[in-house]
Amino acid sequence: MSTPGEIGTEAWPLWEVFVRANRGLSHVHVGSLHAPDADMAVRNARDLYTRRNEGISIWVVPADAITTSDPDAKGAFFESPAGKNYRHAVYYTKSEGVKHL
Amino acid sequence: MRPEPVEGFRPAQPAEDVHGDVSVDRLALADELAGTAADGSTAVASADAAEYAMRLGDDALVLAQQLGMWIARAPELEEDVALGNIALDLIGHARSLLHYAGTASGRSEDDLAYWRDEPEFRNAWLFEQPNGDFGHTIARQLAASVYLFELYSRLVDSTDPTLAAIAAKSVKEVDYHRDHATQWVLRLAGGTEESRRRMLLAIADTWPYVDELFVDDALVERLAATGVAVLPSTLRPAFDAVIDEVFAEAVLERPTGRTAFIASGGGRAGSHTEHIGPLLAEMQVLARAHPGASW
Amino acid sequence: MTSPADLSVVDPELSVEEARFNDLIAADSRIEPRDWMPDAYRKTLIRQISQHANSEIIGMQPESNWITRAPSLKRKAILMAKVQDEAGHGLYLYSAAQTLGITREEMTEQLIAGKARYSSIFNYTTPTWADMGAIGWLVDGAAICNQVPLCRASYGPYGRAMVRICKEESFHQRQGFEILLELMQGTEAQREMAQDAVNRWYWPSLMMFGPPDDQSPNSAQSMAWNIKRFSNDELRQRFVGMLVPQAEVMGVTLPDPNLRFNEETGEYDMSEIDWTEFNEVLAGRGPANAERLRRRREAHEDGAWVREAAHEYARKQSERALAAAGAVA
Repeated sequence: MSTPGEIGTEAWPLWEVFVRANRGLSHVHVGSLHAPDADMAVRNARDLYTRRNEGISIWVVPADAITTSDPDAKGAFFESPAGKNYRHAVYYTKSEGVKHL
Repeated sequence: MRPEPVEGFRPAQPAEDVHGDVSVDRLALADELAGTAADGSTAVASADAAEYAMRLGDDALVLAQQLGMWIARAPELEEDVALGNIALDLIGHARSLLHYAGTASGRSEDDLAYWRDEPEFRNAWLFEQPNGDFGHTIARQLAASVYLFELYSRLVDSTDPTLAAIAAKSVKEVDYHRDHATQWVLRLAGGTEESRRRMLLAIADTWPYVDELFVDDALVERLAATGVAVLPSTLRPAFDAVIDEVFAEAVLERPTGRTAFIASGGGRAGSHTEHIGPLLAEMQVLARAHPGASW
Repeated sequence: MTSPADLSVVDPELSVEEARFNDLIAADSRIEPRDWMPDAYRKTLIRQISQHANSEIIGMQPESNWITRAPSLKRKAILMAKVQDEAGHGLYLYSAAQTLGITREEMTEQLIAGKARYSSIFNYTTPTWADMGAIGWLVDGAAICNQVPLCRASYGPYGRAMVRICKEESFHQRQGFEILLELMQGTEAQREMAQDAVNRWYWPSLMMFGPPDDQSPNSAQSMAWNIKRFSNDELRQRFVGMLVPQAEVMGVTLPDPNLRFNEETGEYDMSEIDWTEFNEVLAGRGPANAERLRRRREAHEDGAWVREAAHEYARKQSERALAAAGAVA
């Protein structure tokens, strides 16, 4: 299942845009746009989403190339971590007060 | 109608603003005009350097004025934004250059932009050619931006520090304009039959104005001798090489042989095509209706 | 008041999805594109977001009218950047609407066929430069009042688009204020120009908040869905409260002789709004309705060959790439 909004009948397809604001940060989804191809998409993204120095690097991805998790399977897909408290540092209380732990 | 002032106002000031409000980011703003010192002052240009800066400034201004007309009329919204960015870059160049040009005669950038008449404008004819359809605008953009890129790439080494600083800021921006124009030439030339027909026509219509960009005259020869200016004729080989590369990929041919009528360098001497009159009339109409006003 | 969450308990007819939707709304959480949502919620959002996007796009015209004539190079750059922002805002909003299952092409077709609405305010004309100031100060000011609460709209993509828009809009109102301030500090002719523009735009800007609460048919449902957070009249009051001190700073007069703060009610008393004009403009009989649509249609139709060219080029390129890959394999 591709990203919401990808409809497939448009002459200029939909692209999702990700911008890295600064070195050391991840690319973050900022929005979408239409472009005829990848070359134009990355340029349009530069013009549209970095007019105010918002970024130093851009990714564009065709919306239909993104696979998303099934929204109807929320429970099955995302509930398993609940209860596995041993994955979190706060679970381990005996070391409280001991430095550098 | 001028209503009477109203008494008894008191703005509401809720303790906690449940609506939320506009937030304004605190940030350090970069200099608006390139080539100015930290205290905002600009070196005073020599008469020759001022005339040269005016040529470059007028090129940028006239082109920006034309591209501004595309906003809200572009083929797609993304292109409204792209052409807007290019026009804004060019206004920035024009302001810096005209500001510097004005230092020689005590005039401001706006004095030069709004209070000179047609024969005092020094832009080359290419820049005043009308937008036409999108293909014509792109053909003009290609010629203009490849020329400006070669020019500013060399002008960064000018012995005039103000011109060098303006060129250093501008060259990165026109590099992008060049890329934008190239992308569209490829798409229009290699798109549909209709778009290719239009692109061919646009190039044929535009290219007669290219030669003028590379004409040397006494002013640039004097300035080039001291390393202030770049001799336009020396930019031609690099210009042609880039154009040939783009045209090869787009399967287009560079027009030759129809350009003699323009080689007099008319624009630099203040003689213009009939397009600039209406362009300036529109640009200047409001400012001239209010002499001495500030905006 | 019974909250939607309570309903899910008492109403056995409610589907699991609908109960979940109601829970999310009751918790003031966000609805995301793939979530189940009631048809009416989806339709309301598509209508509101696409109208909003159309308004941004049509709203470019009254201002782009002055780009070529801006009286200084600095003002020209500012105005151009502002109109360009509006194109950007239209894009953000069309994208948000698109996540609800409608394409930008469809929305554009509806707009240029005259089947979609946009804010009536943009059917007024901009005969003077001071209109650039009045639009920024009053029209953008009213828009910001409306939009800031929309940043918390229950539909995620709409709220996120609004966050971006509000951040960028902060300069729009300020530049409008500055234009008017500069004019008010200028020559007599400039002051008259500024006051005249304020006289013309003040009432239409108050009408932007929509009809009075007791005559606003869709408001209650939109508020229940957390799309709308404040009523039309609440927002109008807030707006007027902000304008009054700003007008004093500039020295312009708001054209309402009955406008004054009422200590008892804690609100501004104002003259009755004359809705006949608003309704006329809404019905398509404003000064520039036909002109705005004609120009939008023209731009779209004139650009068709360019959009087709780029599409065709992309198709050929990917064919070539496929053929090349095939040749290698």
